[in-house]
Amino acid sequence: MKRAVLGSLAASTAFAQQSALDAAGPNAYRIKLLGAVFLVLLGLIFLIVIALALIPLARRHRGIEQEPLEQRNQPSQLTERKLAGSVGAATVITVLILFGLVIISVVAGKTVSGPSNRANALVIEITGNQWWWAVRYANDDASRIAVTANELHIPVGRPVMIRGTSNDVIHSFWVPSLQGKRDLIPSHVTTDWIQADRPGRFRGQCAEFCGLQHAHMALWVVAEPAEQFEAWLTHQLQAAIPPSEPVKQRGQQVFLNSGCVLCHAIQGTTAAGQVGPDLTHFASRLTIAAGTLANNKGNLAGWIADPQNIKAGTHMATIPVKSEDVQPLLEYMETLQ
Amino acid sequence: MSTLVTSVKAPAIDASQREQLESAWRNKPGIAEWFSVTTHQAIGKRYIVTAFIFLLLGGIEALFMRLQLAAPENTLLGPVRYNQMFTMHGTTMMFLFAVPVMEGMGVYLVPLMLGTRNVAFPRLNAFGYWIYLAGGLLLYGAALTNTLPDAGWFAYPPLSGPNFSPGKGVDVWAQMITFTEISAMCVAVELIVTILRMRAPGMSLNRMPMFCWSMLVQSFMIIFAMPAVMVASTVFLLNDRTIGTHFVNPAEGGDPLLYQHLFWFFGHPEVYIIFLPALGMISSILETHSRRGVFGYPALVLSLVGNGFVAFGLWVHHMFATGLPQIGEAYFTAASMMIAITSGVQIFCWLATLWTGRLQLTAAMHFIFGFIFIFVIGGMTGVMLASIPLDLQVHDTYFVVAHFHYVLIGGALFPLFGAFHYWFPKFTGRMIDEKLGKIAFWILFFGFNLTFFPMHIAGLHGMTRRIYTYAAEMGWGQTNLLATAGAITIAFGGVIFIVNVLRSLSRGARADTNPWEAGTLEWAADSPPANYNFVNLPLITARYPLWTERSERGIVVGMRNDRREVLITTLMDAEPHHRSVLPGSSIWPFLTALGFSIGLVGSVAAFYWYYIASVLGMIGLIGWFWPRQPLDIKP
Repeated sequence: MKRAVLGSLAASTAFAQQSALDAAGPNAYRIKLLGAVFLVLLGLIFLIVIALALIPLARRHRGIEQEPLEQRNQPSQLTERKLAGSVGAATVITVLILFGLVIISVVAGKTVSGPSNRANALVIEITGNQWWWAVRYANDDASRIAVTANELHIPVGRPVMIRGTSNDVIHSFWVPSLQGKRDLIPSHVTTDWIQADRPGRFRGQCAEFCGLQHAHMALWVVAEPAEQFEAWLTHQLQAAIPPSEPVKQRGQQVFLNSGCVLCHAIQGTTAAGQVGPDLTHFASRLTIAAGTLANNKGNLAGWIADPQNIKAGTHMATIPVKSEDVQPLLEYMETLQ
Repeated sequence: MSTLVTSVKAPAIDASQREQLESAWRNKPGIAEWFSVTTHQAIGKRYIVTAFIFLLLGGIEALFMRLQLAAPENTLLGPVRYNQMFTMHGTTMMFLFAVPVMEGMGVYLVPLMLGTRNVAFPRLNAFGYWIYLAGGLLLYGAALTNTLPDAGWFAYPPLSGPNFSPGKGVDVWAQMITFTEISAMCVAVELIVTILRMRAPGMSLNRMPMFCWSMLVQSFMIIFAMPAVMVASTVFLLNDRTIGTHFVNPAEGGDPLLYQHLFWFFGHPEVYIIFLPALGMISSILETHSRRGVFGYPALVLSLVGNGFVAFGLWVHHMFATGLPQIGEAYFTAASMMIAITSGVQIFCWLATLWTGRLQLTAAMHFIFGFIFIFVIGGMTGVMLASIPLDLQVHDTYFVVAHFHYVLIGGALFPLFGAFHYWFPKFTGRMIDEKLGKIAFWILFFGFNLTFFPMHIAGLHGMTRRIYTYAAEMGWGQTNLLATAGAITIAFGGVIFIVNVLRSLSRGARADTNPWEAGTLEWAADSPPANYNFVNLPLITARYPLWTERSERGIVVGMRNDRREVLITTLMDAEPHHRSVLPGSSIWPFLTALGFSIGLVGSVAAFYWYYIASVLGMIGLIGWFWPRQPLDIKP
């Protein structure tokens, strides 16, 4: 179930989920191009070197050395001079090639380090946590600050500045289809620029070893056209709609009267915990537990019942929920669109 | 000194002279004596054998990791065990195998190649080995008490700090570093002095075998690099954990990036500390098996020295993702690519040697060709990693895992295996089976590429490092299955190698002193060498003394043979300077190491053990430096 849903998120090719080769933005594309130049050039050099190593193997015993070897097995002065010339020439060529590679690297590095026009950039603050991502859409107007987790939506074609830090250990923000990685370091703020040139869902994953569940710290970037993005952002700014049906109201009471509120916040309710992900629009997200499970009722039930079984070591506590309360709780969670 | 005469004519070996040397250099039998040995051949062999045991352990850990990753969402290892496995694998391979095995080769071979009888500080040499062994036992002893470190071989704070790694695992790791670094420093100091002052008369620096050059540069690198990691791991991390110093703990105002800078200021040169001795081995094997001196000796020496310097200028390429300023990063890009120039020169010189030599395709040479193939790929991906934008995409992915295994296994392990086949007759007095050696090579070569080549692809497709599992829809299943199949192949090749060694030890053909007709001095000694290496210390007139006419070879006369006497020569030209008497067997290096080890191991549990360490260690040192009988000043 989980696999089927997550699988359908990705494009059809085998690796397209999270691949530096599936570039979807100008930075990732530029890096891919740079990589191709390196690969072709260096691959060619590799072939030449291997050929040069194998040729003497094929001609061994005959030896290219036509002059008789002296007793000390040293070739003649002339041969040595010729060799010195070849080695010198090869060294000069190496230096020139490397010089060229340094220059194209530095130029590409400057290009991908940020757009020249930063006026209309969107600023998203990402804070790493063991093992999930807190996401905050920065705005000068405090009422326009949206908070979410493990999923970012970005408008297509607009540069996005990521300001990153961490609450605990070092993490690394990496969405290969969009940009190289950037570490999130406690007590430091790092910046990175991403941009998507086409709509799509791009997976990212923590790239710096961050402890027990480093393997289960993913996030999704959803790139969508500007209008859709604005609609999404506006929706994220709103508080959760209070449930109207009695079952869901009961579910809300279960949530608010249990340990859930110690860690999680739901805007519009008394739940204001800051330790875990904000759940105000939980049901609108693609995944549960930072990309570990597809977001559906069955997975959610399993996750709430025994988080340690799904993500051993997670800081999500196992909250005892009475069996008759489980269904209402799940139904309430589904209203958090 | 007037008594030192260097004679050109070699007199017939005097039987009584050999007898005197035998008795002066004899290692007595018995358990206590076994712990007192200070001859370099014995210590070198112990280093090599111990390191190979750790290679085996590290390899088994790697196999566990590969089995876990063979299929998506595998449950062979949980996250706890997997994190412990990769931490132990990296730590074992870097600190307990790669550096010590190179040290061991150096300790064994350098005095032989230089034409002297022992290293300059035989007791320090023994002390270094015992400290290294204690470090290894500490780490694997922790395995028995289930307190394994799990924060990676690099142990970045704050993950490795007191707040996020409770328990004693990381303390054990940090203290193990102390042990191995002390040991490496001991070897570095004694090899530098041995190489600079104990070369056979006439062996000016420009006649020194390339392997000795590589050990000289490597030893200097150790002296500059190792203190950085001792500051990072012992002073910063361990003190943060045990007495709350807050050097690198951001929760208390420390800076985690400071640790990374120091760690990589050591960590990058570390790669070259492992790799440079391998370069020396390659030159040795290559020149012998192509029947000519290695081409471009000065260029090779300069490249080694250049490598040594540049290696200290590129640590930041491990930290490109931390967001340092662009200008600074560009400098490190250029520095990182510069290392390709010196490495390139070396490869070109070896190619030139191959082209003009008369090749003998022995098992050792197979490993050299394997080296060229694998290492050049690793070098190419290394150039890619030096480029910041490319690095930011592939950093901390399996692409990097592939890269450094190509560099380290291709650049150091293959040459080491080649060296093992090449010097086996010298080490053991028996020939190693060529056919099995070649079979082992092909299996290892195939298995290696099957394991690590697919990792490049997995990394480009987003597979990050140090994840204990992955979902099937990530699409990494096939490449990982291939890699696991490759790892099993490597293990199979390893078994064949071990079988070959054990079989050849008992049944190999007897080796004479110079089975390969090599040109350097170690092949003038018996196989295996006597404790005193040479009956008469040689006099050197050429870079390849054994390729000169027998009548041109000279010996040193006027040395006393009834005590452990060596000849000290001048730094540049190796002119005889004076005779020096080396200490014989002594139990004190072992006892001193034991005292320090008890204290340092105890300090993992409580700080006051440091005091016990200093008291016990001091007692050992008093015994060690207790004045010997005044030297017999008779000539």
